Amino acid sequence: MLILHCPHCDRMVDETDLHAGGEAHVKRFGPGSEAEEFENYLFMRENPKGVHFERWRHVYGCGKWFLAARNTATLEVYGTYSAQTTEPPQAIRDAISAKQPGWSWGTFQ
Amino acid sequence: MRLRTNGRLVAKNRPVHFTFNGKRLQGYSGDTLASALLANDQLLVGRSFKYHRPRGLVAAGAEEPNALVELGRGDRQEPNARVTQVELFDGLAARSQNHWPSLEFDVGVINAKLSRFLPAGFYYKTFMQPQAFWKHVYEPIIRASAGLGRAPETGDDHTYEHFNVTVDVLVVGGGIAGLAAALAAGRAGARVLLVEQTSGWGGRAVVDRPSIEGISAQDWVNATLAELDAMPNVDVRLRCQGAGVFDHGYALAHERLTDHAPKQGGPRQRLWRIRAGRIVTATGAIERPLSFAYNDVPGVLLAAALRDYVVNFGVAVGERTVIVTNNDDAYRTAIALHDAGLDVPAVIDARTSAKGELPEQVRALGIKVLTNSGIASVDGGKRVTGVQVCAQDGEGTVTETIPCDCVAMSGGWSPVVHLWSHCGGKLVWDEPHAFFRPDADRPPLGADGEGFVIAVGTANGHLFTAEAIADGFSAGRKAAKVAGHTRKPGQAPMGDDVAEDALTPVWIMPAQAPYKLRSKMWLDYQNDVKVSDVQLAAQEGFQSVEHAKRYTTLGMATDQGKLSNINGLAVLSNALGEAIPRVGTTTFRPPYTPLPLAAITGVARDELFQPIRKTPVHAWHDAQGAEFEPVGQWRRPYAYPRGDETAHDAVTREVVNTRENVGLLDASTLGKLIVKGPDAGKFLDMMYTNMMSNLAVGKCRYGLMCSENGFLMDDGVVARMDDDTWLCHTTTGGADRILAHMEDWLQCEWWDWQVYVANVTEQYAQFAVVGPKARQLLQAIGGMALTKDDLPFMQWASGQIGGFDVRVFRISFSGELSYEIAVAAGQGAAFWDMLVKQGEAFGLMPYGTEALHVLRAEKGFIMIGDETDGTVIPQDLNLNWAISKKKDDFLGKRGQLRSHMVDPDRWKLVGLETVDGSVLADGAYAVAEGVNANGQRNTQGRVTSTYYSPTLKKGIAMGLVKHGPTRMGEVIAFTKEGGGFVDARIVDPVFYDKDGEKQNV
Amino acid sequence: MSDPISALSLRATHGSVQVSDTGVHGMITLRGDLASSKIRSLCKDLVGLPAPAPREVQVKGDAAVLWMSPDELLFVLPYGSVADSLARIAKVLKGQHHLAVDVSDARTMLRVDGPFAREVIAKLAPVDLYPGAFGEGQVLRSRLGQIAAAFWMSGPQTFEVICFRSVAEYAFDLLAASAAAGPVGHFPRGT
Repeated sequence: MLILHCPHCDRMVDETDLHAGGEAHVKRFGPGSEAEEFENYLFMRENPKGVHFERWRHVYGCGKWFLAARNTATLEVYGTYSAQTTEPPQAIRDAISAKQPGWSWGTFQ
Repeated sequence: MRLRTNGRLVAKNRPVHFTFNGKRLQGYSGDTLASALLANDQLLVGRSFKYHRPRGLVAAGAEEPNALVELGRGDRQEPNARVTQVELFDGLAARSQNHWPSLEFDVGVINAKLSRFLPAGFYYKTFMQPQAFWKHVYEPIIRASAGLGRAPETGDDHTYEHFNVTVDVLVVGGGIAGLAAALAAGRAGARVLLVEQTSGWGGRAVVDRPSIEGISAQDWVNATLAELDAMPNVDVRLRCQGAGVFDHGYALAHERLTDHAPKQGGPRQRLWRIRAGRIVTATGAIERPLSFAYNDVPGVLLAAALRDYVVNFGVAVGERTVIVTNNDDAYRTAIALHDAGLDVPAVIDARTSAKGELPEQVRALGIKVLTNSGIASVDGGKRVTGVQVCAQDGEGTVTETIPCDCVAMSGGWSPVVHLWSHCGGKLVWDEPHAFFRPDADRPPLGADGEGFVIAVGTANGHLFTAEAIADGFSAGRKAAKVAGHTRKPGQAPMGDDVAEDALTPVWIMPAQAPYKLRSKMWLDYQNDVKVSDVQLAAQEGFQSVEHAKRYTTLGMATDQGKLSNINGLAVLSNALGEAIPRVGTTTFRPPYTPLPLAAITGVARDELFQPIRKTPVHAWHDAQGAEFEPVGQWRRPYAYPRGDETAHDAVTREVVNTRENVGLLDASTLGKLIVKGPDAGKFLDMMYTNMMSNLAVGKCRYGLMCSENGFLMDDGVVARMDDDTWLCHTTTGGADRILAHMEDWLQCEWWDWQVYVANVTEQYAQFAVVGPKARQLLQAIGGMALTKDDLPFMQWASGQIGGFDVRVFRISFSGELSYEIAVAAGQGAAFWDMLVKQGEAFGLMPYGTEALHVLRAEKGFIMIGDETDGTVIPQDLNLNWAISKKKDDFLGKRGQLRSHMVDPDRWKLVGLETVDGSVLADGAYAVAEGVNANGQRNTQGRVTSTYYSPTLKKGIAMGLVKHGPTRMGEVIAFTKEGGGFVDARIVDPVFYDKDGEKQNV
Repeated sequence: MSDPISALSLRATHGSVQVSDTGVHGMITLRGDLASSKIRSLCKDLVGLPAPAPREVQVKGDAAVLWMSPDELLFVLPYGSVADSLARIAKVLKGQHHLAVDVSDARTMLRVDGPFAREVIAKLAPVDLYPGAFGEGQVLRSRLGQIAAAFWMSGPQTFEVICFRSVAEYAFDLLAASAAAGPVGHFPRGT
């Protein structure tokens, strides 16, 4: 079971109190977008083995969404952060780089 | 048999009576069922799985593969109890398993005579062809003979519970290494939970009696426990097995509270759900059997297990015990037996020499030690009568026969690495000791990227007291430090050992044994897997250890190969000509030993199996004898049968009465979300396919919600409360889901929009007063003005009715004049009672969800979950009128423009009327000409809702049909339950009051 | 208008740890900018208490204000004062984005009181209830068995539990079963 830090409540929370929301930092494409853009938005995911960014909602607690940077292979968590951002904050990127130099994910590195 | 001496755990002044297969026997308080059976000379305890060979005890702990029995009866029956883990109590009733007709005489033993024809992979080879035999011949045979024990047939009247804890350090195993770890962590100030699966502390040390800190192991254990008990930050639990280690330091422990004391109150078992900063596994080691011919005859057991029985319980298996070993440790058994006054005719040592301190002690006792020797074969059927001795390096030529009634074997030790491995800890092959031990450089990793399991003591490959105890202490200190507890715990305890010489790995005895012997060397007692089976698997190409396991069944079933895995793997690697570490082990999966389902379930059974959501009027419905149906976790009345009425009759009566007089529906379960803020209108325009921002205050509008794919996900009426507040009704199951959907978009996409949402579903009881007499009834009760002009269709108002503060919505899901009235939930029951009482004069009857469905279907109103299934877009349901063309964007707009969504061949909603008036089957398909690529009949539509309409007095249905709306009047064939077809005409889905005059009066 | 009733009509168990329905309470959910001085002053206005910090509850007698999330408070106050309190909130926060709703009837409040109350809750909630980790003045939102719940301690061995009204019976029976099964003896005595 994953145990993640809810940045809103500042406490550790069991996976069973959370709702998994899939990949983070997905950019929305709406009316007017090309078929390929829309397909990417709806269906195409990084799904990596290794460094990953995910959405989680503290559904049984504060009800707030947050994002988690973690490693899908080792289950190491590099940090959790506010969902109200379009890219991982520098501190999170630094924390990943310290453990996984040269990492990349989508357009982030 | 019971010895006069020894028995540190039993109280010989406290006899305990129990039965085995109906036979009344006596043991002592402190006995396990295993020791008590041995005390009564009940050596034969079960039959093996495949050949039904007689089987006796092999071990003394959790690794015992043979002695599984059924305990108790009726609602206390439990199969597959391991007698080595069952503590004796007065009145215990045990029965052996897996035999017919009796343990002593079993006809299944015929399989053993056929064993040449039952080799590895027998099932796969034999039951392959012909295919038609599978269902009626092979499967019944396999099912009848498979499985251990009998599943209980009645309920279980015990209680079980869970307990959640968070600790800095979880220590699994209460031997000296675990105690030392807990001591160090506890002294450092960490929160510590120490669990031990047996009923006693000290592990092997209190049997083998090394000295610790200059005192006896037992004294050290007692002193340590006293110190741990006094620490408020430490909890120690006996009879509590560390069952599994999971991601991020989550662990399960299974505590047996009253299994040994059934008259004691309280829960029977407790499942500990533990979040641990660090987990110290001090799980010890398991002795390995030796593979010699007929090593499964009752009376052959592990050397250390025999020592346990003698020292702990004062029981022995026989008078004359031959010891066979490849190491020094087994000599301790010779000494223990000798001390207990028992005869040891010889120690057979496979090594070329045995000159260590322990062998010399044994020689000094006058016991014969035979080196470079092995057992060629064991004599005896249901009990050992002797052993035939041979040279270990030969082919089994018998040099000597030694009469004996017990054989104690030791093939060395294997650390219990299960908990280390559950979450991915890796192993390393330790060549000198010939075992796998945890690789400290590759532990399972936690959230911090560091190893979170620390294996210590014998579980870490340290077989000697001094290093095991130091290892445990150092791990406890380290684990506490990670959690920030840095108080100095003092010096590690000092242990003192007798030196031992190295073992020589022995995987087959004798080394050059021919097939005749190899085919009688048992590796896995529980599953009847022999050396020859594993060799055959290798020969047939099963090179992966995981494949060989499944092909031979080695290490499967309830013991998961605790005794057999390493021996089997060594045989496999020899057969493959590979080094053991290259072949590797099978995967260790939790739990360590099987967990009862009841322990996993805990309190979640019977009434507490799952939460049932009840409306404020639930008790009234119940008192009326309503038939309930589950809608999500809600229970809603399906219908209210009266007298002898069937549910179908009741539905018909409720529909007719609602159309003719007035009906009353408990609609409290409908979701109610308040959406408020300066940007709420803009937000709702994104959420709904139609426009909500321009809804006037006081008005209601039906709205559709779609996912980004374009698929319809929910619907409901939206009411504008004030300038910046909307009330959104969702479907019964939809409140939480839609709230989450809204919060997702507000928090993660449009976080700069000023909108707040609140779920007020349960604040209100909401009742629909429906039918031509609805207004008369409410006016008779008295209160707010409710005429057509005061409160027109699709508007709402707040006021009072009958003295209750209410909010009234003029909305209709039935086509009738209808008022949906919301009242505070705490007054819901009183308001309902008043409606029922006052309604009597108007012919009011409550109606349930089935009548609701019929009423809406007669009107052609769609239902989320019936007309939709996650692949249906509003356009399929001819709901284009509810999709705004003015808006640039809403969730689902882009999705609905995809090529497949605008395909003119999509199935669309129509009404269906059978030609013969019958009711179509729910989900029935409309067949089309020809067959598809799989040879199945082509389809052109399907039924989404189907009912008997009391109003029209015939079957009506809605369905999705290819090009449906352009095929009005056409008759197409639908499948019928049980085969055949029924013709139905495509019609307008609005069967009743097409112009909507009745609801708008 | 009839007298409001709680879902369980003051049902109670008897035993070393007692579980009881504490009847009707006024409850108001307030969402808004919790850092704003107006919302902070509303806490004083409505219940005479300071605004709770994250994960905190402020309690005085039967009144309380709970931190529910970074933008949500829950006021517990007399049932009869809800309408006035809502009016007061509307007045004070006029022009400031917020949402205040009456949820008094949407909830059930249960009390778990007795020497091992902490363990009764720990059997059901996947949270750290060790005395040093959770005590009076703090609020937790998590699960009890299979339902959402919020709870806090109103005394050294007393928990107040809030859950949805529709699952009141499940919550009560769950707590009652947990209490009836007796203590675990894990948490240090007297906490």
